[in-house]
Amino acid sequence: MTRTRLALTSAALALAAGAASAETLRWANAGDVLTLDPYAHTESFTSSFLHHIYEPLVRRDAELKFEPALATAWEVVEPTRVRFTLREGVVFHDGSAFNADDVVASIARLIHPDARARGNLSSVSGAEKVSDTVVDLVLKAPDPLLLNKLSGVFIMDAEWLAANGATQPGNTTTGVVTYASDHANGTGPFKLESRQPDALTVLVANQAWWDAPAGNITRIAFTPIGSDATRVSALLSGEVDVITPAPLQDAQRLEAADGVTPLQNPSLRTIMLGMPHTDTLNADPDADANPVQDVRVREALWRAIDMDAIKTKIMRGNARIAGSIIAPQIAGYEAGTDVKPAYDPDAAQALLEEAGFGDGFTMGLDCPNDRYINDEEICLAIAGMWTRIGVAVDLTTQTKGNHFPKVDRGETDAYMIGWATLPAMDGFSPLNALLATRSDDWGGNNPNGYSNPRMDELAVAASMEVDETKRIAMIREAMAIAREEIAYIPLHQQPLSWAVRDGVQVIQFPDNYFRAWHYTVNGS
Amino acid sequence: MARFLIKRLGQAVLVILAVGLLSFLMVRTVGDPVQSMVREDATVAERAALRARLGLDDPVPIQFAKYLGRAMQGDFGISYRNQRPVAEMIVERLPATLELVLVATVLALAIGIPLGVITAIRPRGPLANGVQAVSLVGVSTPTFVTGILLILLFAVTLRWLPSFGRGETVELGWWSTGFLTLSGWRALLLPSLTLALFQMTLIMRLVRAEMIEILQSDYIRFARARGLPQHDIHYRLALKNALMPVLTITGMQIGGLIAFAIVTETVFQWPGMGLLFIQAVQFADVPVMAAYLMFVGLVFVALNALVDVTYAVVDPRLRTGGAA
Repeated sequence: MTRTRLALTSAALALAAGAASAETLRWANAGDVLTLDPYAHTESFTSSFLHHIYEPLVRRDAELKFEPALATAWEVVEPTRVRFTLREGVVFHDGSAFNADDVVASIARLIHPDARARGNLSSVSGAEKVSDTVVDLVLKAPDPLLLNKLSGVFIMDAEWLAANGATQPGNTTTGVVTYASDHANGTGPFKLESRQPDALTVLVANQAWWDAPAGNITRIAFTPIGSDATRVSALLSGEVDVITPAPLQDAQRLEAADGVTPLQNPSLRTIMLGMPHTDTLNADPDADANPVQDVRVREALWRAIDMDAIKTKIMRGNARIAGSIIAPQIAGYEAGTDVKPAYDPDAAQALLEEAGFGDGFTMGLDCPNDRYINDEEICLAIAGMWTRIGVAVDLTTQTKGNHFPKVDRGETDAYMIGWATLPAMDGFSPLNALLATRSDDWGGNNPNGYSNPRMDELAVAASMEVDETKRIAMIREAMAIAREEIAYIPLHQQPLSWAVRDGVQVIQFPDNYFRAWHYTVNGS
Repeated sequence: MARFLIKRLGQAVLVILAVGLLSFLMVRTVGDPVQSMVREDATVAERAALRARLGLDDPVPIQFAKYLGRAMQGDFGISYRNQRPVAEMIVERLPATLELVLVATVLALAIGIPLGVITAIRPRGPLANGVQAVSLVGVSTPTFVTGILLILLFAVTLRWLPSFGRGETVELGWWSTGFLTLSGWRALLLPSLTLALFQMTLIMRLVRAEMIEILQSDYIRFARARGLPQHDIHYRLALKNALMPVLTITGMQIGGLIAFAIVTETVFQWPGMGLLFIQAVQFADVPVMAAYLMFVGLVFVALNALVDVTYAVVDPRLRTGGAA
């Protein structure tokens, strides 16, 4: 830096100008956007934010069904080749035209070995240009979830990437730092105006967008506010228009306050307890057997949990009690398998008796204390309820950074985990990760030895079945087995909890995505 | 003098190395970075591959040696969390934290010293008792509670001041400052007051104790006997002598303020180094945590070395006595 530059930052100007404009949405979220590079992260909040700037070939509509975005049509020409017809007349924010080269370059960049997000499109081996407006995706094997995956793959501009030396994705290990980390050029409804990490990121409406926004927002001033109390204060003091999330314990206070409204809706994320299916329990390694291997003991544990009490006392009424490990909106859900056995401590005790553990046993319960809504409180309650039927609980609650690695190493007995099936929104996700027997490529989140040969068959078959009816039948069968064997104890779908100032209309999509082009703001 | 300096520098380097090793070992306990870096449903093979690429399979001494080797060349690595160079991220956050610490220090001195003098001159007056009682509350209330209370009063109820952020900033080269705008100053008030509170009470108590002692010394009595005005005695003769230890403590405490700023920055979403560190802890972002701890260690070592050297310049006995 040879000479001193004295200038107001554009972000500061944006804030000043924003105050005067009625269509500005001032939004505070608990965390910042990790990076502007869509292929360098695996966080769903960052994806949700970047969806304002970048667009996929196919996107989710207001009902979360697929609809054409940058591609207008697609057909399977061969089982491993899917042809996409691209939308014409689309331009990137810098004015350059969108065409097949951009798709080819984007796919190549995403499946590059150095891309953090490459797992999001693991079934694709490359993209081939057919003409300026037609492109083929070449698959390693038929992939029934290709559209689900593509709805999260944002298309970047080939010329822009090349001109800024950003063709390679950024990567911690190779030391590559890319221009795309803090700059952006997409086709989406909003353009990046400025960005100061952890302080303020400003987006302005893209007047040249090919689609018409359903809402009226022309500017988004996004601020991360990590502290819950400060985020709520910022809404109450009128400094922001919407906060995500709004802490549940403040719901009553927000309800009582003038000019703001708390919003709650069930989300896709099912909170559940993983069960130890191993030969011995970690809490009692010298015992001859693991009582929890007996399905009657697992049912007893489930029956001993008073979910109504947890819902009213801990979740303040804001949860949907679950009997299945997937939420109703997820493909493969069936009401018939979403059945929770009634709370009945006496029956639970009888079941333990029947299984030969009437004298009880000792078991570990591990929970995060900063990952899910009221995670620690829920586990404390469950530990108490289990103690009541004679199961001595060795409870550990700790930060997510320590909890999940411990779970992954198989060092826990029962443990809390939440599963939203994002970004696919499909029952195949838990079948693959939670229910299939653990190996290099399957059961990545099934560390405690749950294994059923039929489940493994279903997982492999469903991963390749392109007939949707048959595929759904497979996933339903898997969910029925999981319910029957109580592979996991589902607890509830935790709520999405936001709060807005009056005059702001937002939609809380169950996938917890923020889609501001559907939102409206009336002058305050 | 040269020998003393070289020795002092050698000690400083050893301390930094020790801090580096400790922080390197410590950051390993906050969690597994791989967990935060992969997709929710990543396979076992994907996780193992990433772990190997990050070098997390190597024995810890080898990891430390590699890290140190790169750090010597000024390469602090790339953040796991957002894949930007760590050195760049720290430099970007430095101005916010330093401006906050500077204003907090000035506030602590500007309020702490006069209060100390007032309470020393009339140690049993109602004012002194009131200030003493309030200072006890100030010194014993945790920073996050003070911060939230200030926000509730000044931002939510009165709506005078912002509850978060730095306001408008002006870029002076790579330094972003909030000193040149009204909103920047408004945003500074609550966080700097929160951060200053502990030091303010410390300075007040220190000045009070020093002043009470000095006011009983012989030269003050002689000055009184000569009939010098009370004002001159208190502020020109007594306070000047009471200030030496205050300035030393203030200097040494600046390192502490930078470290304490973590809590204040988290409460007020102040985009400084403390906030960066907290986020790094939550993500298990090892390179950022290690670099931050090394940096804070360096600040402490530099401040201490500076004080030592200054003393040595002032007091010749320390130059040879250091060997004992």
